[in-house]
Amino acid sequence: MLTLQCPYCGVWAEETELHAEGEAHLKRFGPGSDDADFESYLFMRENPKGVHFERWRHSHGCGKFFHAARCTMTLKVFGTYPAQTLEPPQDIKDRISETYPGWTWRNFK
Amino acid sequence: MSTRLSTGGKYLNRSDQRRFTFNGKQFTGYEGDTLASALLANDQMLMGRSFKYHRPRGVVASGAEEPNALVNLGTGGTFEPNQRATTTELFDGLTATSQNHWPSLEFDIGVANNAMARFFPAGFYYKTFMAPRAAWKHVFEPIVRQSAGLGQVPKDRDADTYEHFYAFYDVVIVGGGVAGLQAALAAGSAGAKVLLMEQTAHLGGRAVIDGGEVDGKPVDAWVADAGETLDAMPNVTVRLRMMGAGVYDHGYVLGYERVRDHDPMAEGPRHRLWRIRTQQIVTATGAIERPLSFAGNDIPGVMLASAVRDYVDGYGVSPGDRTVVVTNNDDAYRTAISLKKAGLEVPVILDARASGGGALADEAKGLGIRVETGKGIAKVKGGKRVTGVAVCAQAGEGAVLEEIACDAVAMSGGWSPVVHLWSHCGGKLFWDEDQAHFRPDPNRPPTSHDGKGFVIPAGSANGPMDLAEVMGDAHAAGLAAAKALGLKSGKAAAPKVAPQPEAAMEPVWLMPQGAGPKLRMKAWLDYQNDVKVSDVRLAAQEGYESVEHTKRYTTLGMATDQGKLSNINGLAVLSDALNQPIPATGTTTFRPPYTPISFGAIAGEARADTFQPLRKTPIHDWHEAQGAFFEPVGHWRRPYCFPRQGETHSDAVNREINQTRKSVGLLDASTLGKIIVKGPDAGRFLDMLYTNMMSTLKPGKCRYGLMCNENGFLIDDGVVARIDEDTFLCHTTTGGAERIHGWMEDWLQCEWWDWKVFTANVTEQFAQIAVVGPNARKVLEKLGGMDVSKDALAFMEWKDGQLGGFDCRAYRISFSGELSYEIAVPASQGRAFWDALLVAGEEFGMMPYGTEALHVMRAEKGFIMIGDETDGTVIPQDLGLNWAISKKKEDFLGKRAQERPHMTDPSRWKLVGLETLDGSVIPDGSYAIAEGTNANGQRNTQGRVTSTYYSPTLEKGIAMGLVLYGPDRMGEVIEFNKVDGSTVAARIVDPVFYDKDGEKQNV
Amino acid sequence: MSDLKSALPGARFDGFATVEETGLRGMVTLRGDLSSKVLAKAVKAAVGAGMPQSGQVSRGDKGLVAWMSPDELLLVVAHDLAGDIVVALNDALKGEHALAVNVSDARAVFRIAGDHAAEVLAKLAPVDLSDAAFPPGSFRRTRLAQIPAAFWRNEDGSFELVCFRSVADYAFGILSKSAMKGSRVGVL
Repeated sequence: MLTLQCPYCGVWAEETELHAEGEAHLKRFGPGSDDADFESYLFMRENPKGVHFERWRHSHGCGKFFHAARCTMTLKVFGTYPAQTLEPPQDIKDRISETYPGWTWRNFK
Repeated sequence: MSTRLSTGGKYLNRSDQRRFTFNGKQFTGYEGDTLASALLANDQMLMGRSFKYHRPRGVVASGAEEPNALVNLGTGGTFEPNQRATTTELFDGLTATSQNHWPSLEFDIGVANNAMARFFPAGFYYKTFMAPRAAWKHVFEPIVRQSAGLGQVPKDRDADTYEHFYAFYDVVIVGGGVAGLQAALAAGSAGAKVLLMEQTAHLGGRAVIDGGEVDGKPVDAWVADAGETLDAMPNVTVRLRMMGAGVYDHGYVLGYERVRDHDPMAEGPRHRLWRIRTQQIVTATGAIERPLSFAGNDIPGVMLASAVRDYVDGYGVSPGDRTVVVTNNDDAYRTAISLKKAGLEVPVILDARASGGGALADEAKGLGIRVETGKGIAKVKGGKRVTGVAVCAQAGEGAVLEEIACDAVAMSGGWSPVVHLWSHCGGKLFWDEDQAHFRPDPNRPPTSHDGKGFVIPAGSANGPMDLAEVMGDAHAAGLAAAKALGLKSGKAAAPKVAPQPEAAMEPVWLMPQGAGPKLRMKAWLDYQNDVKVSDVRLAAQEGYESVEHTKRYTTLGMATDQGKLSNINGLAVLSDALNQPIPATGTTTFRPPYTPISFGAIAGEARADTFQPLRKTPIHDWHEAQGAFFEPVGHWRRPYCFPRQGETHSDAVNREINQTRKSVGLLDASTLGKIIVKGPDAGRFLDMLYTNMMSTLKPGKCRYGLMCNENGFLIDDGVVARIDEDTFLCHTTTGGAERIHGWMEDWLQCEWWDWKVFTANVTEQFAQIAVVGPNARKVLEKLGGMDVSKDALAFMEWKDGQLGGFDCRAYRISFSGELSYEIAVPASQGRAFWDALLVAGEEFGMMPYGTEALHVMRAEKGFIMIGDETDGTVIPQDLGLNWAISKKKEDFLGKRAQERPHMTDPSRWKLVGLETLDGSVIPDGSYAIAEGTNANGQRNTQGRVTSTYYSPTLEKGIAMGLVLYGPDRMGEVIEFNKVDGSTVAARIVDPVFYDKDGEKQNV
Repeated sequence: MSDLKSALPGARFDGFATVEETGLRGMVTLRGDLSSKVLAKAVKAAVGAGMPQSGQVSRGDKGLVAWMSPDELLLVVAHDLAGDIVVALNDALKGEHALAVNVSDARAVFRIAGDHAAEVLAKLAPVDLSDAAFPPGSFRRTRLAQIPAAFWRNEDGSFELVCFRSVADYAFGILSKSAMKGSRVGVL
């Protein structure tokens, strides 16, 4: 049962205080988008063995949604960061590179 | 026979006698006894029967690894099956019964299975119960069910209480033997906050029995001193009777504390499950002795050598008058020496090693004990009790050299570190050739959130078996844990222990080495599940080469002891059969818990009246007092109806509806979700959330709205009231408040974080009461206060004011089609306001109605219900709600999805009303059937019922349903299936059955 | 109105610690920019307390202010003050993007008191409640068994816990079970 630090209130919350909210950094496609983009937005998800970017909500706490970068295999957590961003902060990307040089995830490297 | 010795027993307090019963017979024991030791002291070696062959079973071990001595404990509300006698501390009044036999332990009919054992090999069930398929249900399953299972299922509700406890430590040390104590001293003196847990009632572990000297003191004196030192350290907590049940991700440990199993009359919880977060875990879990595989090794009286020693020295019990010791290592000589010193006979020590033992062997010989090297047991003689052994050469095939009479056998096949907790979360093992066991690979520990190892094995759990090495290793483990926390090592020094060199052990996986099929069939690996050497070889022969497959095929290690004694021997036999080295075979997966823990401990407080939270409105007590029949809506309990004397539920529902339509009724609507949405961008935000336009709503007005998810499917509906320019109040469904609030926050926080909108869930701030019916206005006017006339408060408007002296907000909204007000007052005044309404409504015959009346009335009006008309695959267009979908808005959640071809397909089933021709009620869940059958031979369908009720207003069955091209087929009659196979005919009609023009609600 | 009812008037359980419902309490949810001086001033005027740090409550002459999230505070005062405070906050915060709303009646409040009160909560919430980790003034929103709850520690070592009114019965039930005589753990 994992623990993540909420980047908003600083609490090290255990999984029972959190709610998993699926993949992070999805780009919304609305009316006017083509079928392929819309399909990818609605249905296509990463399922990596290794580094992954997820949304979590500190639901039994401050109620904020945040992002977490972690390894799905070892549960190593590279960092958590606020949801108001379009890509992971550089220091987290650097930390991932230390473990997985040359990693990629969608269009992040 | 087994008996109590006149002296000795380090764990005993002979001044405190305890009485207990076993299978109804009265026995006595002492404080400090386990049930197993007390039974042995009363010559009760036979304690149970095995699972498959119902073989007689005596105790083999003295601790958590015991496979045989499982009993039913207690009676009634404290009854519990499958309790290990070896870990059950004796208390006064204990009652135990043996299990898995009929009619009695001594004479068991199921033992016929034993005579037939030749015909019940591994995989018997898989092979036998294959065909014919029909026989499963009527023949095989009843027989298997009859004979399967060990203990009985308790019949009464558990009378005890249980609890959880969340705890936080720097270092958790599992195991209170000398290694755990030393690790705690090292980590504790470095300043770490330490929890040490020991599963038994005493510290020191094996060392207390096995002896030795630490820091110039006898080891038991050292243990006592270490315990006192730790007690005096404020940063160290020591808990007895607490087992490390499992190690999980990110430093999560479960500790299973048996608070008062040893003292059942005490106050408080029976078990406590500690849910611990820690930085570092030290597993000082010791080692478990392995049995030897020789024919007849399951006959009562054959025991682990270490267990024999425990019973003699720890409990002052002689397991037998004449005990033969058989071993492949030096350690078992300690047992022979103990027995001899206790005045018991040891006719011979059979040492399988041709070269024999070291210093301990010399000591044994010095006591006059006969030692035979290179020898083993060909066969144990006896039925319900050992009567002797046949001696053979270990290197041979079992030719009997000599028969020796004895009534007990102490065996030792070497020691396996307890690596369970190391392995639970992914720690890897390697094979130690010298000691022939798996032990933790220090280079591959389980890793935590930071990617670093968080489990450190210590003492014999890490491989070393010699006391000096154990203490050194444990000290290093404690320091390593402190270092990982960034602490400097404290004052504690590594203890000084004189090494006691032993001669090397030699692996013995089968005794004798060349034992033929006949002996192999009687050489047990798994005592509880009756798996023998021959079964594992058969599995290998039949192609079950993976250890995981062999385990499942033979059931090796699948009993309640999870193979603590059998696994290593089993996989050695498998490796031999496959002709591969043991590491190539590997181990099965170690999974928590280490030994079974009680369901009560897992449930904790979640039992009986606190099984789950029930949500109650401020008026709940009144409903209860009126004898309301409740139904769950999410976690809420809402009155379904208020039956009066002699009324059925449907009578009550009909009465409530009739009275409301005729005069006036009232409904506790407090559970409806209420969310405040405020900010300069609130209108824009709600335009995105709802399918219709909310930003154009004028303050003081209400509008019904629909919410969809990005798949286009309906997720919620409700009335939105605009409070002021910046503020809206959104009503949600009863079950939807938290979900929709979270949904709003999700979009605000993660997509439109630059929009200025705040939300607050104020659902429970208000008690909300619907006053419904033609006389509703009169009731409110009688209360007095604000003007509730049509002009002052028109349909779909709201207003703040006072009614009967209560500050309130009144909404003119209707879910029934009647003149209707929903009035919100602060929750603290909800009950008082309800009471005031009842008084005011008395002259109109006003009565409360429940959720079923609400449902019927809304169905009569053709109003949809989220969860009835919707099921997560329905879009508003399916329900004829196009009027509530804005065509002006460029975007709203779900809009893009509703443009997908599948969503605009004209053949999607659409909402219609349904009237049965015979007036009956279509069964819930019915499908409209169509011509022909599908590929599976099932009737084709052309629609389904979504809501179906008896309407007291129309005095017939009405329904709503989704039907293929439904709105284009008005007047057509279609058939719906019924549970009994027949069908009912219904006409497709407009879904609005009652007051189509809405004249009644808009007055 | 005269007849105001809290969720469980007078509920009290005496075990190794005491659990009691405290009666109605005034509570105001205030959402806004917590770094805004205008907002800080409005809070000071309402409760007499300064802005709390994350994970803390601050105290003033009229009550306390709890840090709920980076854009949310909870003002806890006497029940009859809450309505006026909402009005005052709305006045003071005109022009600011903020939301002040009375949530007094949406809640139930319990006090858990006694030398080992922390153990009662530690059986239900995954929070380190040791003196070092949770001294007086600490505040935490978390999970209490199966419901959301928030609590803070008072100077006298007791705790006050806030949960939704609808689950007051459940909260009182699990708190009482946890405070049962004979169930002291002995570590907090």
